[in-house]
Amino acid sequence: MSSRCNLRFLIPGLALLLGGVPSVLAVWPQPQQIRNSAERYSLSARAFLFKHADVSAVRSGCDVLDQAFTRYFTLIFPESGGGAHNRYFWTEADPFTVEVNVAEGPCDGYPAEGSIENYKLTVSPGQAVLTSVTVWGALRGLESLSQLVEQDDYGAYYINKTEIEDFPRFQFRGLLLDTSRHYLPLQAILKTLDAMAYSKLNVFHWHIVDDPSFPYQSRKYPDLSKKGAYHPFTHIYTQTDVRRVIEHARLRGIRVLAEFDSPGHTQSWGNGQPSLLTPCYRGDVPSGTYGPVNPILDSTYVFMANLLKEVTSVFPDSYIHLGGDEVDFSCWKSNPDIKAFMKKMGFGSDFTKLESFYMQNIVNISTMLNRSSVVWQDVFDYHEINRPRYVVEVWKWGCYLCEVRRVTKAGLKVILASPWYLDLPGPTHDWARYYNVRPLAFKGTEEQKKLVIGGEVCMWGEYVDATNLSPRLWPRACAAAERLWSDEVQTSSVDQAFPRLTDFRCRLLRRGIQAEPLYVGHCKNEYQGI
Amino acid sequence: MSSRCNLRFLIPGLALLLGGVPSVLAVWPQPQQIRNSAERYSLSARAFLFKHADVSAVRSGCDVLDQAFTRYFTLIFPESGGGGTGDTGAADPFTVEVNVAEGPCDGYPAEGSIENYKLTVSPGQAVLTSVTVWGALRGLESLSQLVEQDDYGAYYINKTEIEDFPRFQFRGLLLDTSRHYLPLQAILKTLDAMAYSKLNVFHWHIVDDPSFPYQSRKYPDLSKKGAYHPFTHIYTQTDVRRVIEHARLRGIRVLAEFDSPGHTQSWGNGQPSLLTPCYRGDVPSGTYGPVNPILDSTYVFMANLLKEVTSVFPDSYIHLGGDEVDFSCWKSNPDIKAFMKKMGFGSDFTKLESFYIPRYVVEVWKWGCYLCEDTVLEIWKGLPEEYQKELSRITKAGHRVLLSAPWYINHISYGQDWRNSYTVQPQNFSGTEEQKKLVIGGEVCMWGEYVDATNLSPRLWPRACAAAERLWSDEVQTSSVDQAFPRLTDFRCRLLRRGIQAEPLYVGHCKNEYQGI
Repeated sequence: MSSRCNLRFLIPGLALLLGGVPSVLAVWPQPQQIRNSAERYSLSARAFLFKHADVSAVRSGCDVLDQAFTRYFTLIFPESGGGAHNRYFWTEADPFTVEVNVAEGPCDGYPAEGSIENYKLTVSPGQAVLTSVTVWGALRGLESLSQLVEQDDYGAYYINKTEIEDFPRFQFRGLLLDTSRHYLPLQAILKTLDAMAYSKLNVFHWHIVDDPSFPYQSRKYPDLSKKGAYHPFTHIYTQTDVRRVIEHARLRGIRVLAEFDSPGHTQSWGNGQPSLLTPCYRGDVPSGTYGPVNPILDSTYVFMANLLKEVTSVFPDSYIHLGGDEVDFSCWKSNPDIKAFMKKMGFGSDFTKLESFYMQNIVNISTMLNRSSVVWQDVFDYHEINRPRYVVEVWKWGCYLCEVRRVTKAGLKVILASPWYLDLPGPTHDWARYYNVRPLAFKGTEEQKKLVIGGEVCMWGEYVDATNLSPRLWPRACAAAERLWSDEVQTSSVDQAFPRLTDFRCRLLRRGIQAEPLYVGHCKNEYQGI
Repeated sequence: MSSRCNLRFLIPGLALLLGGVPSVLAVWPQPQQIRNSAERYSLSARAFLFKHADVSAVRSGCDVLDQAFTRYFTLIFPESGGGGTGDTGAADPFTVEVNVAEGPCDGYPAEGSIENYKLTVSPGQAVLTSVTVWGALRGLESLSQLVEQDDYGAYYINKTEIEDFPRFQFRGLLLDTSRHYLPLQAILKTLDAMAYSKLNVFHWHIVDDPSFPYQSRKYPDLSKKGAYHPFTHIYTQTDVRRVIEHARLRGIRVLAEFDSPGHTQSWGNGQPSLLTPCYRGDVPSGTYGPVNPILDSTYVFMANLLKEVTSVFPDSYIHLGGDEVDFSCWKSNPDIKAFMKKMGFGSDFTKLESFYIPRYVVEVWKWGCYLCEDTVLEIWKGLPEEYQKELSRITKAGHRVLLSAPWYINHISYGQDWRNSYTVQPQNFSGTEEQKKLVIGGEVCMWGEYVDATNLSPRLWPRACAAAERLWSDEVQTSSVDQAFPRLTDFRCRLLRRGIQAEPLYVGHCKNEYQGI
């Protein structure tokens, strides 16, 4: 070992002794169990190796891990110029090996409901040992490992002796992007997936179409985007784009939950599928405007079945989001054919029954396609008898936990979104509002609580596009991410979270994520992407 | 002329006839007088020329215009790859003739600089006349906004006549580089966007409590010990010169603020005796309060610092702060209490602050750059009824005034809050015509508690554009928010096209979405 190396190794220790401020030794979100020690080991990019443990069920050739090694090498050593992990051994530096041991293969599948994300990480002299059940757990462990590496004032990399045993509190930790109100370029979505992985969020809820535009390019119904997107070529997601998103997400252990919201929020669908929407009437004549999907025509269900069949062949996840929120009944009310149908069905003037009728059919289609349906809470509220087994996403304000209680009492699974509508801006210190949420603080049995499978951050697009998406998402979404991953008792203090989150946002900046500041202060590496 | 050129020229006309949607023919901020016609002329980057009129007082060699020609060429033809003008003779030539009545062009934009201009677009040429080069810059900006691209990507401009001048001479934007350090590039980019909205004063709130990034020649310890980092988080003299030069080339004044006696915590690191030691009972508590106003050394330091600052920043204005002084530390200090007694101030600490401010203004005045009676006050607090009263009171006392209270756009709320900025009426207070004239303008403030380079641009733009139009345009002509909406939507797409990370006003899209991800 050259004397130069010796010096670099000693100085950090000295700095600590002399009262240098150690940066916050922390991982975001907070692991279930973590033990740090002041003992630290210097790391050199020239003598740092990832390897598969001999007993690992997953070996070289598993793309999820191969690519993760490359990615995390660059994240750990941002100044090394990136590239693959170094196979040239530089004997003058202390070697450090990260041994990854995955108990179960294979690795060619997709992260799914119930994927086990547990991992164990032990950092000791010269090595780190990471063990997990699945490759998805290994990804979470690599993320934690990368966050343990710090740089001292001389730029030297080091890691502290650490033991982590970790697992998520909730299995569903989502983030919704709305690509209809504003089109988000592919790059904005991919970058969001990167940042999600840094916060261990694991479901990308893609609210891909809505009233204003239909950017999904369908194979079966190309007119939907041709006539319903903001622009038929520049403002669409081609099949290739969608595959790239799914693949980018898979490599980060993120599920992609596609939403095709109906019967409301479908104005843009009507451009490419003319008979789909209900013609509204003014008195006895059609007014020329259209309302929600027309629920009384057979052709509607043929179309929806074909579309959803395509969607489920494109999106591999076992969940599909069917929407069902905010249906405006005024157009249905105005239409004589709908009124006649209501009468025939004995619905009286209760249009919620008509919506339930429609949703029931759509959920049946999804069930036939072997998918679990997710719906917005409106569907549950309207649908009091013979509810199919869908997952309910609670989104409305007010006593959202009351709704969670009602849904779980009915024996249905819940995803909580109400407290995490991040598109509503506010002074950034509002991150505490997202942090202080207690998703299980309702009266109910243990069984009921288990039905709360998680929550999600929503970034609706009325006022958000690629220009302000990142600073509005990050680091505020990180607050929700910790709430959904970590133990609630251990992470109950906003004041203790503040310095950790401040530190984590600097790390996000360093990784190129345009994360806004929490308060007055600075980062060693300010955002440079101007 | 090749048949291909002919085709490109004809098709836009056809599109219009066939009911193609013409984009909003508009300039932001709205000129005082503008007449558009449906007649349009195609423009080719290969046959587009800027030239000085024969009678112009300013000719080739004037850097303000030379550089503006290069800049606006690229802004007008973003796809041409930039660069100078060219002429191949194959396309219809179009000449922009610039006629500036008064030289020189080597000075700085200043209080009272005349920004009026006249622009006439007719077949084959545009004629731009102005009194000063600063007016010519405003005219070039308007010209660049008149150029549109049709669905086939062909550039065109409509027959237009504009006669324009600003309503207020002071149209400012404040950046706070103390609460968060803003990299130089973020400041330069903000200056670019200011020019697009015809804002003309960059108010640089350069230092404050949290950090002192200004690298002083005379007192280098101020940034060495008071900045977030002594090398990466400072503005060197070179940086400051770059900002001033970048601003000058865009007709923007740079107003430096060195706020005291409060908001000076970071100053104390590099200038230990400057701040008032606070006491707990009879002993110093180890903390410090505002600048110590009872020591002669304070005034020597302030005079030296401001002397340096006025030599670095050429503008005739300097901003002295003086806001939000917390008296509790002064109250705790026995020397200050003795001084108060000696001076007969009783326990009224506002008298002590008043003592500090004029004394140091006089010091500054010694080298003649500042006059007491010339003080401009900035109103930053309150709801409309409150600031209207304050406007009335201050102008009655004969002071000139700047309004920023309604334009603290670092505060954000859900929805289209630009509408509130837009409907401000700066001269709507009770007072005489003379009093109203004392309102010299206003400014948009972007304080830095929650803002740094990551979110500065989308928070500023296009929200600051609303204030920019209020300060430039005629209030009666621009009284309708609903009429402004499509124009501003269009302008924000133009900003995106120019690389400004301007956020959306509402649901919709731009032909060229933001790509800088």
